[in-house]
Amino acid sequence: MALWQEVIVSIMLVIAGVFGLVGSIGLVKLPEPMMRLHAPTKATTLGVGGALLASMFNALFVLGRFSFHELLISIFLFLTAPITAHFIAKAHLHRHRADYLLPATGTGMPWAEAAPPDGSSAAQTEPVTEPTSTSARR
Amino acid sequence: MMRRILPHPYLTILLVAVWTMLVNKITPGNLLLGGALGIVIPLLTAPYWPDAPQIRNWKKITEYCLLVVWDICVANVVVAKQIVFMRNEDLQPAWVTVPLDLRSPEAITVLAGTVTMTPGTVSSDLSACGRALLVHCLHAPDPEATRDQIKSRYETRLKEIFE
Repeated sequence: MALWQEVIVSIMLVIAGVFGLVGSIGLVKLPEPMMRLHAPTKATTLGVGGALLASMFNALFVLGRFSFHELLISIFLFLTAPITAHFIAKAHLHRHRADYLLPATGTGMPWAEAAPPDGSSAAQTEPVTEPTSTSARR
Repeated sequence: MMRRILPHPYLTILLVAVWTMLVNKITPGNLLLGGALGIVIPLLTAPYWPDAPQIRNWKKITEYCLLVVWDICVANVVVAKQIVFMRNEDLQPAWVTVPLDLRSPEAITVLAGTVTMTPGTVSSDLSACGRALLVHCLHAPDPEATRDQIKSRYETRLKEIFE
């Protein structure tokens, strides 16, 4: 491997390391669960992306062939990261509804997390910030 | 007839491509197995995905993907700076309601995913009727500006692609 190739792979690895570290710092430092959710969904994407790019360049320079696996990992990551974040946020909102002052939907319907499970939301016009029967029982 | 064997032709093509990339080698056997998977999996999953969106403009889709990848890179740097250099007391987290003009479920899914991947925002919930998106911002001194940016930068482009 020539020097410039090693430099490219090293830069990618350093970028990956820095962003992975920042994501972890955010997880420790930020004060509140919804804020902590921001750290892993972003900083880590570029962290993992950098490591994958380094791996791709390495395969290209050392083995002399193009490797598709890294491309697939990044596609799967882009598909799964937002869905995971969405599920975590929804579950968190559902369990700690009284702690948050959510803005109104502006459509006359409650947020899906506060709607009854059968989907009939015609009678559900009260604002979601009020504790409902679920949280009152708790 | 064609619709019954291949309910989602693009999904079939995607599955064959993903299978070939997974094996990392192009041989007739791999393509055959990939083709079989590409026919069976869309048939099995068709009940969960009754109607497919009409994709018209591939140039716009490519532009959108490049825009989002660029924004993800910028988002990483911005959020990294906020995490490392800003004190927790200075951060102003905010909830933002984004009223949706998009109606197709696929388009809303892409918008919600984009919002989560880009600068300091996570899409947290959808209204029960699917016409408003709840977004949490890590640091938003001006929530209205964030909402307008999501609508103008991403939603208008998705509207051109899907509707």
